[in-house]
Amino acid sequence: MNIQLDKHGRLKHFLSIEGLRRELLVDILDSAERFAPVGERAVKNVPLLRGKTVVNLFFEPSTRTRSTFELAAKRLSADIMNLNIEASATSKGESLSDTLRTLEAMNCDMFVVRHQNSGAAEFIANQVASHISVINAGDGRHAHPTQAMLDMLTIRRAKQNFEGLVVAIVGDVKHSRVARSEIQALNTLGVAEVRVVGPKTLIPSQVEALGTKVFHQIERGIAGADVVIMLRLQNERMQSALLPSAHEYFQAYGLTERRLKLAASDAIVMHPGPINRGVEIDSAIADGPQSVILQQVSNGIAVRMAVMAMAIGTQAIAGAN
Amino acid sequence: MSLCLSGGRVIDPASNTDKTANLYIDGGRILSIGRPPSGFSPAQTIDVSGQVVCPGFVELSAHLREPGYEYKATIMNECRAAVAGGFTSICCTPDTQPVADNASVVEHIKQHARRARSAKVYCIGALTRGLEGNVLAEMHALKESGCIAVTNGDRAVADTSVLRQALAYAASCELAVILRPLEHWLGREGKMHEGAVSTRLGIPGLPEAEEVIAVSRDLILVEETGVRAHFSRLSSSRSVALITRARRAGVPVTADVALANLLYTDRNVGAYDTNFHFYPPLREAKDRTRLRAAVRKREIEAICGNHEPHDADAKATPFSLSAPGISTFDTFLPALLSLVNRGVCGLSTAIAAVSQAPSEILDLGAGTLASGAPADVCVFDPDLQWAASASNLRSSGKNTPFLNQTLRGRATMTLVGGRVVYSLGS
Repeated sequence: MNIQLDKHGRLKHFLSIEGLRRELLVDILDSAERFAPVGERAVKNVPLLRGKTVVNLFFEPSTRTRSTFELAAKRLSADIMNLNIEASATSKGESLSDTLRTLEAMNCDMFVVRHQNSGAAEFIANQVASHISVINAGDGRHAHPTQAMLDMLTIRRAKQNFEGLVVAIVGDVKHSRVARSEIQALNTLGVAEVRVVGPKTLIPSQVEALGTKVFHQIERGIAGADVVIMLRLQNERMQSALLPSAHEYFQAYGLTERRLKLAASDAIVMHPGPINRGVEIDSAIADGPQSVILQQVSNGIAVRMAVMAMAIGTQAIAGAN
Repeated sequence: MSLCLSGGRVIDPASNTDKTANLYIDGGRILSIGRPPSGFSPAQTIDVSGQVVCPGFVELSAHLREPGYEYKATIMNECRAAVAGGFTSICCTPDTQPVADNASVVEHIKQHARRARSAKVYCIGALTRGLEGNVLAEMHALKESGCIAVTNGDRAVADTSVLRQALAYAASCELAVILRPLEHWLGREGKMHEGAVSTRLGIPGLPEAEEVIAVSRDLILVEETGVRAHFSRLSSSRSVALITRARRAGVPVTADVALANLLYTDRNVGAYDTNFHFYPPLREAKDRTRLRAAVRKREIEAICGNHEPHDADAKATPFSLSAPGISTFDTFLPALLSLVNRGVCGLSTAIAAVSQAPSEILDLGAGTLASGAPADVCVFDPDLQWAASASNLRSSGKNTPFLNQTLRGRATMTLVGGRVVYSLGS
């Protein structure tokens, strides 16, 4: 049983791509396409979530994800409250369960959760009252499903469909929740091949079991790829036992114009942001014609609107029955 | 008081006995199996036909939580839970607060255990002060106060020179050392076995190498210092190979495996089920297969439960933040029998691994029904079905994957020193 779905298979929480059917992922993308024009209008909102309260529950700092969720909620006319828990209750020793009980008592309808521990979103979904939906905005190294879906939307807009695509994910796969969710989404949507590219220190154990091919040389890893996704290298990993230096990382794995020529001629380049210019990617590529990095950001709002609307819609049906 | 347990299936691995017979007990000791000594007439006869009569179980690793963690469990309660599960001797770990690195903590534990008047409690002292791995614990004093062994428990001794000195010092004190092999640096981050499942779940992994390197290192130091050493809770197939090879070469080491590692693999973690958060971690199917074979062939002689009762909050958190371990006293026997039913090993081998072997490893003088041995006896019904629930588990720790499951096999009577300390339904 997948706790993300109600008994009719509708999306109730959005915690992970794992266990979701292809049709549901396509529904999310189609729904996001319908929401995308809202942001381009003079009046940038629709009344779908009027009267609903969404809580951004962030146990880990975030600027982009939090603000795009906030914007998505506002465009759906929801009331939104931002809680940065790292700086509030838990530092006073309150347990996660107690924090959740307190927020429940405020009659909220949706929690958008980011947490440093893998599985935290699922834990929270299991804990909260049944009328509350939980959207995972990143848990540990585990999942970041809305990021994966905005990437899928970006790919579909550029490539029309997923069949036959070769996608290379380059960089710190080991610590990346984005990579895990992307791998699952790409395989569910039926691409031809998902490759992960990086030094052995940044590739997790037995990642092949998730449906990937592993490459340790970027030249081979991106050869012929239709989509190249560069992952962000966290500052603390740049100089450690995982990597000698940012400089060497760029030398060995940075995406340069020369290397990008090895990919398909119409390949697109993606990055979840924020980018480290000259570490993962050359500025000329990030700002170049093949880059869709800024489209990813706009698509993020539409995808988050879609997911929030679907989850609250499922709850409304449950409440009416 | 003199007693006859009549008509049961008496299994005593030490004397290779497995037959339907009467067991006679007098003055707290076993008199005989089969015929009573001439002129002996028991004051009481208890019919145990259809049930198994065997040596009481000996737990090599029990976290009794007192002093310091009484909100998790108390010695009094856990001792009573132990005998209800068929255990008659339990060895308690030093990871209390304060740590059992000095005689006064040991005295405190012994005093509370005496008051419980149920299972025999043996203290395992700390190998290093505060289990911090820097300074040796007062092992001479610990031995004087009755500790049967010392250990650093699940806390790795990072500094190999400290470990070497600690083993040498323990050898001088003629104290056995229990080693839970863990290489500090490789073991720092991980919360489960490193492999396909940890990758899928995004949980930091404990590579197999953290254990195998420590086993190699520890074996070398054991051989060099001549200390009497026991390896606790091996989890990987390569560790078994190393131990087996060392024993063939004449290094006198013993080993046990935790029952959980014989039952489960890392796949059981499923969707972050904190009841499958174990230390050492559940590893892969190949490891479980090798561990099972080692028990069957007696390459690993003992099975331990590693009883770790926790409060509910310790498990009601995201996986990586949860406390490892499960409460085992109540469900150990049916879980062990499930291995026998699956053909992992014979019933006699299973009983030996939880009574005779652990007793011999720590020289407790129990674990047998031989004439003259202390009458520490477990009587169990191998077919009795019962539903484990929070209300009928006697341990304070309800943290077990068996909660709300129907189990088969249950202790019906437990004797310690010839005295009935537990009887089902009374």
